[in-house]
Amino acid sequence: MAVDAKSLIGSQAKPHHEMEAEELRKEHLLLDPMPREEMNQMVMDAMQTTTPRYWAFVIGFGLAVVVLLFGAWGYMIATGMGVAGIRRPVYWGIFIVSFVFWIGISHAGTFVSAILRVFKAEFRRPFTRAAELMTTFGLAAGALYPLIHLGRVWVFYWMIPYPNSRWLWPNFRSPLVWDFLAITTYLLSSTIYLFLPLIPDLAMARDRSKGWRYYLYRTLSLGWRGTEAEWFRLRKAIGIFAFAIIPVMFSVHTIVSWDFAVSMVAGWQSTIFGPYFIIGAILSGVSAVVTILYILRTTMKNFDYFIRPEVFDGLGKLILIFSMSWAYFFFNEYLLNWYGGTAVIKKILTLHATGPSAWVWYVMLICNVAIPWLFLWSKKVRRTPWLMFIITLLVNVGMFAERYTIIPLTLGHQRSPFDWGIYNPTIIEVSIVLGTLCLFIFLYLLASRIIPLIPVWEVQEGQMSHTLRKVGKTTMPSVTELE
Amino acid sequence: MAENQNNEKWGMVIDLDICTGCQACVTACSMENNIHFVGEDEMAYGRGLQWMRIRRYWEGEYPEVKPTHEPMLCQQCGNAPCESVCPVFASVHSEQEQINLQVYNRCIGTRYCANNCPYLARTFNWFDYELPSPMNAYLNPDVSVRSRGVMEKCTFCVQRIVKGRQKASAEGREIQDGEVTPACAQACPTESITFGRLDDPESRVSRLARNDRGFRELEELGTEPRVTYLKGGMSYGG
Repeated sequence: MAVDAKSLIGSQAKPHHEMEAEELRKEHLLLDPMPREEMNQMVMDAMQTTTPRYWAFVIGFGLAVVVLLFGAWGYMIATGMGVAGIRRPVYWGIFIVSFVFWIGISHAGTFVSAILRVFKAEFRRPFTRAAELMTTFGLAAGALYPLIHLGRVWVFYWMIPYPNSRWLWPNFRSPLVWDFLAITTYLLSSTIYLFLPLIPDLAMARDRSKGWRYYLYRTLSLGWRGTEAEWFRLRKAIGIFAFAIIPVMFSVHTIVSWDFAVSMVAGWQSTIFGPYFIIGAILSGVSAVVTILYILRTTMKNFDYFIRPEVFDGLGKLILIFSMSWAYFFFNEYLLNWYGGTAVIKKILTLHATGPSAWVWYVMLICNVAIPWLFLWSKKVRRTPWLMFIITLLVNVGMFAERYTIIPLTLGHQRSPFDWGIYNPTIIEVSIVLGTLCLFIFLYLLASRIIPLIPVWEVQEGQMSHTLRKVGKTTMPSVTELE
Repeated sequence: MAENQNNEKWGMVIDLDICTGCQACVTACSMENNIHFVGEDEMAYGRGLQWMRIRRYWEGEYPEVKPTHEPMLCQQCGNAPCESVCPVFASVHSEQEQINLQVYNRCIGTRYCANNCPYLARTFNWFDYELPSPMNAYLNPDVSVRSRGVMEKCTFCVQRIVKGRQKASAEGREIQDGEVTPACAQACPTESITFGRLDDPESRVSRLARNDRGFRELEELGTEPRVTYLKGGMSYGG
């Protein structure tokens, strides 16, 4: 046997090596180069191909936004907040749940892009733009909720520090004002962070299009010519932004968590909420990136060349790690309150698992812990895109359930048992929540045909200047600094 | 908002041992403060606009049960959790009376204050409630009528405090103890509600607040409530 094995290795050494190279090329986008012009054309094709099915979806989601979001919201503004299901003691319901959910989703687009960029994880190259776009549109959907949930939305601008004749300021001690400032900062910086790497691609699109597209791209690409000085400045700006946006991103979700953590509500007042919310946000956001990448890969032309199983594999590992971290924070809350919590918090935590809406709590645990832990260990599962699509959708269902548990279900059982109450969302609330989901999809559908969703220059840069590096047992392409 | 020691400091004592839970205070409060009636269904759904409400608890096991009643109203906290969370300063501390007031015109309806109130003393105008024609004549001209989308709560009948102060200052004297009575205290048939100035150590309310039976609701949260409840070993029928 030993002799056989030896001869086998000896005789097939060269083909084996070639097979490995072939496999590596299939595996990694960076090792499977393509002529630059051909790749540019692939991205342009993907962007300009519209099928009747695409238009049907655009019109369908556009109508859904008008009816479900603006129709229901308009009705609520005209009639009163009472058309929502909230009541004493649950003054915040599914609107704030969705607000935290969307801010969480938007969180991880930038997280994936910036952290992976800073740590030079090269599998990020084809999908950073798709992730950053998710941030921008997630914020657009989430930032509506602080307006939607207001009793008098027509005077929302009183939260803005603007000059007025009475010299009235907003209350800077209120977490809602911190929220407002944090979210606008994040929206601004993440939009710039989306736009900077987009400039060379817009210039590429400008040089290959006619008509309205040409004028649009000419304006947006800011006269990019691709000179050495321009590249130098662009890289510098992206480098600065990738580092600078990470603390901004962490601060945003910490501040969202402070809406709850600095209050007097039992079960909210907790020092762990900052990191707990960030971990939860990253878990749900990375999952949403995978969901979106699957849809892009299956619906858009040429995308199976760019979005390969290596992407799902890498993101799947991230999801598994963050699911474990999330479970630690979740467990930690119980541990601390078992050890030193007050009676009311112990009661709330018990009621989460045994109360009238306990199914939400179980959905949360099954989707956030059981499913990732059971399936994401397997490399086979991580590399099967449709399975990853289902798993990541379920993780986001679980994260929605987590926010639902934290907000209405905790508010329902506060310190005075006489005032305990349960909350069920009404059809208007559900409609608005679905409406913002449709808004997100609608904006993404439009953007997918207007801007190049693949950062072509980043992919080409990686393909031209990579080296192979051994990390543990595997060989990874790694890009050295160009400067 | 630091409290000035020289200003008035109004407070209340509610004797739970003689409270019968008759809801006269609730009714009087609604009439005095132009509180809208929301109807049976909305009330049952938990949207009643009540600045004063009776919490009813059962003591003991069936058949040996007895009810206990606790009138719950805004505790006018000295360190109020609702004030710091309002983004637009609609929930403010009045410097003169040292109570917590709601500026209805400024409120934008985030409902954060209501979540943060451990006493759940705040109520929200979910809809515009209309009074049918002859009934709108009973509205109290001293109190503004609230519109949809704003938060409201007990003010310790601040309009009566202001009236009392104006009368006293017109006559060139200090407000006397017992001169200002909020609607709930006025209506209470068993006189279990006492109202007055806590900054005067000899006022009736100050002396009662020092009673051995006195406790403050959820005092451990550090809210410094201005309402003291009295409860001894026995309640009525016990």
